[in-house]
Amino acid sequence: MKATTRLPHIAKPESTAARYLARQRRQRGLIVLTALAVLASLLADVATGPGAYALPDVLKALVAPSEVSRVLQIVVWEIRLPVALMAIIVGASLAVAGAEMQTLLDNPLADPFTLGISSAASFGAALAIVLDFGLLPVAGTLLLTGNAFLLAMFASLAIWALSRLRGVSIQTMVLMGIAIMFFFNALLGILQYVASAESLQQLMFWSLGSLDKASWGKLGLAGLALLVTIPIFVRARSRLTALRLGDVQAKAMGIDVGRLRLRMLLCCALLSATAVAFVGTIGFIGLVGPHIARLLVGEDQRVFLPMSALTGALILSLTSILSKTLIPGILLPIGILTALIGLPFFVSLILRSRRELWR
Amino acid sequence: MTLTIDHLDCSLGKRQILHDVSGLRASPGEITALIGPNGSGKSTLLKAIAGIEAASGRIRLGERQLDALSLEQRSQCLYYLLQDTSTQAALSVFEAVLLARRTQVAEPAATALSAVERALTSLELDPLAERELVTLSGGQRQRVAIAQAIVRRPRLLMLDEPTSALDLHHQLQVLDYLRRLARREEIVIVLAIHDLNLAARFADHLWVVKEGRHIVSGMPEQVLTPERLRDIYAIEAHVEWPIDAPPRVIPLSALHRLGG
Repeated sequence: MKATTRLPHIAKPESTAARYLARQRRQRGLIVLTALAVLASLLADVATGPGAYALPDVLKALVAPSEVSRVLQIVVWEIRLPVALMAIIVGASLAVAGAEMQTLLDNPLADPFTLGISSAASFGAALAIVLDFGLLPVAGTLLLTGNAFLLAMFASLAIWALSRLRGVSIQTMVLMGIAIMFFFNALLGILQYVASAESLQQLMFWSLGSLDKASWGKLGLAGLALLVTIPIFVRARSRLTALRLGDVQAKAMGIDVGRLRLRMLLCCALLSATAVAFVGTIGFIGLVGPHIARLLVGEDQRVFLPMSALTGALILSLTSILSKTLIPGILLPIGILTALIGLPFFVSLILRSRRELWR
Repeated sequence: MTLTIDHLDCSLGKRQILHDVSGLRASPGEITALIGPNGSGKSTLLKAIAGIEAASGRIRLGERQLDALSLEQRSQCLYYLLQDTSTQAALSVFEAVLLARRTQVAEPAATALSAVERALTSLELDPLAERELVTLSGGQRQRVAIAQAIVRRPRLLMLDEPTSALDLHHQLQVLDYLRRLARREEIVIVLAIHDLNLAARFADHLWVVKEGRHIVSGMPEQVLTPERLRDIYAIEAHVEWPIDAPPRVIPLSALHRLGG
């Protein structure tokens, strides 16, 4: 209503601007609803776990930690909350990276998984697990995380560097990503072949994706990557939307397409490398999150970007709850569930939608 | 604000497309049609003027030396509308036209919305404002693309084969609209076009390019002669300029037959 009162000349309900403002209100309403769903899912995730604590007690532990037992305090603040928040941050990171990769590369299948970034990270993890070899001078769990991050960045930068070559089409960049995926999968295969049974099991567990190693420190770093990149995407929102009209039309609007693509790909690289390094390979979020967002609010980045982040966060948060509750007493690897649940959901969405996603 | 082009060279990769294109003039309030055979460099010429393709040479729009401006700076005063307006973007018509405005100027929302509304109304796009671009026909998309152009209020508007996807009714409608737009807003309009009948009828001035070179320019009556058409297109043609009817260019035969 505020907008229509500021715009008396378009207050007529039939005017195109008034209809646009109504559409915008609907889009923003959907974003608020999804944000509330994320919040509800976060609370449900914190309330779920092997220790049977009542929801009111868990809520009390969150708002007034000093009023609950020390054990509950530790369970909520040191174990469950970091995991629940990690699900949200990683879900948002993967979905935003996927959304922008799809926009930048004009390809509906582009995401950190399909472009080989996850495969590179897996190889990095395998180097640490199987050979105890670190690319960074660190020890312990950081060895694995550091390797995964560095190799994921390397894979992203390889695609980025390729895009700097003159005359390279965006289709070539996508193919390069696929080639990178196969290359690192092959290297990973070699390590798996020579690995001991124990290493192989550890590697398998990592590559299925897991949130339960989350800590406040890792959470801070993953959150930082999101905090650094989101404002950059927000500033470029109009230019990113214009890219969907094709490179030439975007250039006609005065946009330096080459430079935009390079900068934004770098941000995608940072987001996906950080997410994958901390939680392992969780597929499908980068693909399904943006597609749901696109169906709900369209591709104007002013609404598409926040909606992608929220749908990604919601999917991973709900999956996190499911991973704890599906088989009581057993924590299922989250990467398996995202694929198992995401796939049929994704297919049904595409089939039900009257709008063609991407022809 | 006359557009003038001199000594323009442009290469795509190692292949030189435009060779010292000189002496082109286009006046405000007029439609200049750019004609020439396939592959003659029409699109490249328009893109070089827009700054989309790198080129060397002198391009001036009034006092402004366009060749010294960046792509972004040029886009403040000119707009290039490409031949293929198809898109898969999940954007509504209103969002797409608003986007064209937002990428050019930072202004209060109310001003931008009013500008978009005026552009949509002038192209009779009001009923389609909420439709998604992917659901539009070729002709409707072309009108949306023109709305995206005019909402930016360019002083120079270049259109690459704007009528190629349109039926006869919409061809006449769009060209008539562009002519009135040029007169009313005193802007320079240059359009690449294959249909010589439409060029003869709607253009005030013609530029002819062939093999990347400027061959001739002038009023349609001066340029569209059977002799020139033989040189440019290698065709035999009959040309009529009736006083009480639109000009007629009737191609009779190609000078070279496929298969000998």
